[in-house]
Amino acid sequence: MRTQLSAVFSWGYFVAIYSFIFLPVAVLVLFSFQDGRLPIPPFNGVTFKWYAEVFADSKLMSALGNSLTVASLSSVVACVLGFCAAYGLARYRLPGTAFQRVLLTAPMTVSYLIIALGLLVVFNWTGVRLSLWTVGIGHVVINLPLCFAIIYASMGDHQKNIERAARDLGANNFQVMVLITAPMLMPSILAAFFLSLTFSWDEFIIAFLLSRFDVTLPVEIWSLLRSGLNPKTNAIGSLVFLISTVLLVVLELFIFRGRGKNDS
Amino acid sequence: MTADVRLQNVTKTFGDLTALNEISLDIEAGEFIVLLGPSGCGKSTLLSIIGGFLAPTSGKVLIGGKDMTIVPPSVRPTTTMFQDYALFPHMTLRDNVAFGLRMRKVGRAERGQKADEFLHMVGLKASADRKPHELSGGQRQRVALARALAVNPDLLLLDEPLGALDMKLRRQMQDELKAIQKEIGTTFIHVTHDQEEAMAIADRIVVMNHGVIEGYGKPADIYMQPRSIFAAGFMGEVNFIPGKVIAAQDKQYQVETVFGPMQLSKNSFTAGAPNVGDETTLCIRPEQLLPVSDNIERVTLCRAEVVNGAFFGTHFRCHLKPESAPDLMLVAHMPQSTQLKQGDTIDVLVNPADIIALPPRALES
Repeated sequence: MRTQLSAVFSWGYFVAIYSFIFLPVAVLVLFSFQDGRLPIPPFNGVTFKWYAEVFADSKLMSALGNSLTVASLSSVVACVLGFCAAYGLARYRLPGTAFQRVLLTAPMTVSYLIIALGLLVVFNWTGVRLSLWTVGIGHVVINLPLCFAIIYASMGDHQKNIERAARDLGANNFQVMVLITAPMLMPSILAAFFLSLTFSWDEFIIAFLLSRFDVTLPVEIWSLLRSGLNPKTNAIGSLVFLISTVLLVVLELFIFRGRGKNDS
Repeated sequence: MTADVRLQNVTKTFGDLTALNEISLDIEAGEFIVLLGPSGCGKSTLLSIIGGFLAPTSGKVLIGGKDMTIVPPSVRPTTTMFQDYALFPHMTLRDNVAFGLRMRKVGRAERGQKADEFLHMVGLKASADRKPHELSGGQRQRVALARALAVNPDLLLLDEPLGALDMKLRRQMQDELKAIQKEIGTTFIHVTHDQEEAMAIADRIVVMNHGVIEGYGKPADIYMQPRSIFAAGFMGEVNFIPGKVIAAQDKQYQVETVFGPMQLSKNSFTAGAPNVGDETTLCIRPEQLLPVSDNIERVTLCRAEVVNGAFFGTHFRCHLKPESAPDLMLVAHMPQSTQLKQGDTIDVLVNPADIIALPPRALES
């Protein structure tokens, strides 16, 4: 009796928590196929015409391209900078190491809105025009602490001896970094890369405040929403969700799973 | 290739701690040297200084006659085989072994072929395309050796490389290391705390303790003619018998012990001739104590009771309680054939020429 009750309860909890997380997304995806003008119940039938409209919309498509470019470039920059910072702090005795670590990770605790405002002030003051470049800079600012933290956490003393061995065999510091340390840390570097790719891909506030004529996809969706609900927004939202899911699956399959093997 | 090594007054301090104190050592080209001592004696620090990973606080390191004191490891004619192997986990064995050649700008085909040769030498050619995590500990060890030798160093430094292997594999690797060293002629400096390993592979052994050299010589000399109480004790079991020099005449010395007076020649005093009245410590190896005289040169050391004993295959190891000094328990390795029982009282004999007499200072260690 008791075990039956607890089984019922745990199944109920299981269903509740996943519905809570995924019901909105499921509804969004469902009504992207709505055969009608409004993405609200009742569901009238399946059509792909909204997806066709999305792909025909040149503004949306260029925003999608912008988003991909900004996300991948800013993630590469954030990873390179994060790796260099982690390498320096883990391998060399620098003044105030602990303080520098805190300083590097501190931006994680600041809200994106504040960071965007700060950057906006700086760009105005220095006369930098708002563009996709400034959005990219903003995304490097928010993703660098993350990349640093992930890569720094994976640097241990065991790798130190391996780097010594490379140096002993004639490698200079740059060769050690590129040929030995970076490949050894590749799982965590890729994890950092795909995480910041996902964050940059989804990010709205910074992209909204720091862009002007060319915009990223979340900003374009925002302006679409202002003209009212439309199954087309559901369709583009579903596409965004699909891409994020693919990134997540890639991350899980190739990086987190491969990790155990490389450590042994 | 091979080179000699000279250390001149090398000192290394870490804050208040003196890890190495005025170490001077000459190593000839092509020698297999073992640095032997307990953990914390400074042997690994000394190896790091020779390899260039640490700079000495003072003193000089000369390799092949050139001053290498402040030359970085990448430019030294040395390579190191690390205790934890330190193989590159993301590279195949071939790329691991070829890495040093790649840094020396050797072409891909040539360095691959050279790497295969060295993998063949250590018996792993068939695994050249595998990664290190697919290998056993002993195999990783061999790859580390091949990688260190592939760049043709003048000097190979081995930092307790066999420590993680089981006993049987360790014996086998010792034999292989020794054979490879003889074949290629490179100078090897090997660090260990295992005195049996040291005797198995070394041309010469450097016994270290508390940052100083306690003895340097061939394994047999270090064992039979130790220059210090520490070296005598570290190289194997030994009985210490306190005594005092009471007379000297014609290179013969009279030493008073609890067992009565002993007549010793000058050769017994390996740390230098004593003065009359000096305290001294007699060192006698367990296998030098015998129950019956088969040789006229042996004299009776004492009469003693067998307290306990065990058969060890090559010898019968027992503890003896001397009648004249019951507190001074002796250890003896009696011949296999002796039929001793607990409680037997026997005459314990010794050849005075076997006895080593040393200044008694470091008895506590």
